Amino acid sequence: MRTAVSRLTLLEPSSLGEALRMLDADPSLQAMAGCTDLYVDFNFGVLQRRRFLNLWGLEELRYVRRDDSALRIGALTTYTDLIESPEVHRHAPILAAASREVGGAQIQNRGTLGGNVANASPAGDTLPVLAVLEAGVVVESLSGRRRVPLAEFYTGYRQTAMRPGELIVELELPPAEGAQWFRKVGTRAAQAISKVVMAGLRAPQPRLALGSVAPTVIRLPNTEACLAGGGGIEQARRVLEQEIRPIDDLRSTAAYRTKVASNLLARFWSDTQP
Amino acid sequence: MRVGVNGREHRIEVHPLKRLLDVLREDLKLTGTKEGCGEGECGACTVLVNGEPVCSCLIPVAQVRDCEVLTIEGLGDRHPLQQAFVQEGGAQCGICTPGMIMAALSLEPEAGEREIREALAGNLCRCTGYTAIIRAIRSA
Repeated sequence: MRTAVSRLTLLEPSSLGEALRMLDADPSLQAMAGCTDLYVDFNFGVLQRRRFLNLWGLEELRYVRRDDSALRIGALTTYTDLIESPEVHRHAPILAAASREVGGAQIQNRGTLGGNVANASPAGDTLPVLAVLEAGVVVESLSGRRRVPLAEFYTGYRQTAMRPGELIVELELPPAEGAQWFRKVGTRAAQAISKVVMAGLRAPQPRLALGSVAPTVIRLPNTEACLAGGGGIEQARRVLEQEIRPIDDLRSTAAYRTKVASNLLARFWSDTQP
Repeated sequence: MRVGVNGREHRIEVHPLKRLLDVLREDLKLTGTKEGCGEGECGACTVLVNGEPVCSCLIPVAQVRDCEVLTIEGLGDRHPLQQAFVQEGGAQCGICTPGMIMAALSLEPEAGEREIREALAGNLCRCTGYTAIIRAIRSA
């Protein structure tokens, strides 16, 4: 049954500074951005929290800009913003590709990159992309900003390294040399949670990340090392099949996921052949 | 709070976390917008906010303060898309139809089948009348 709205409280900051002060005063506040995940919980009556912090209006967190060290994306940048950004197409084309496969236009218009990271789903479509591009998650609280490498951001199923009072403010994407590759496998192209999602970077030290095969998004260090060492794709596939431990759940089976991940690796390797 | 709906200013006093869908249907009595899945999969509740299609079941009304909302009622009943849906048999049970039309509004007039299918990727028709729906949109 839907959550009764009368039991809930909403705080509405008009700046990031005000939002951080509100969160500092009450760390139990649940941040809300585009609500495309949060309001599903609302509709199904499984909201965990009662007090909310509305970030949607904070335009200062909606930007894509590039400087000498990175492509910087504000946490409230929507998937539609990413799809339409020439900077994203130039420097992180797989981020645009992943955004295009998040739901339909209705979801792309509201869902945000910061929200996808904060929601910490193992099936988050953009997370393998951020893992392969070795993104930094920039979080801020009243005591200042810090950068958490994506590889250290997820500490367990739906668990993050964020501390009380912190908000995600930016995703920082350092330049990545090489061909970028992304593929989502689900029941249907749009509107389906992935069974397996893979991102790859074809470089002298190839990088690979998978979603939906573990409690968090994962990199594949053994498979990457095999490819970097010239092990060849058949050997790399065998390494990958040993390296991941997916589970059976309502969307798919462990055996299917392993097979598809292995096939995706082969596809990545042939699609990105120099 | 102030919200524009179908070209009219409304001042409403509701809980800021109430869903836009419920404000439209219950407070403003605009029942053309339908509720389907409640999880952003079906698109039956699609309305435009500042010209962009969104799922009104996933938006707290606080997030459309001072915005312009367009619902199916805002098209009147002689809009070319509505007429085309009638003529081409684009509506069967009718639950998905308002959402389909609102999603199709964002298409350019010369959109081909590929663009139409992409624009409707977030809308499900459980009568599975997609062929007639796409035909209707092409003819409008």
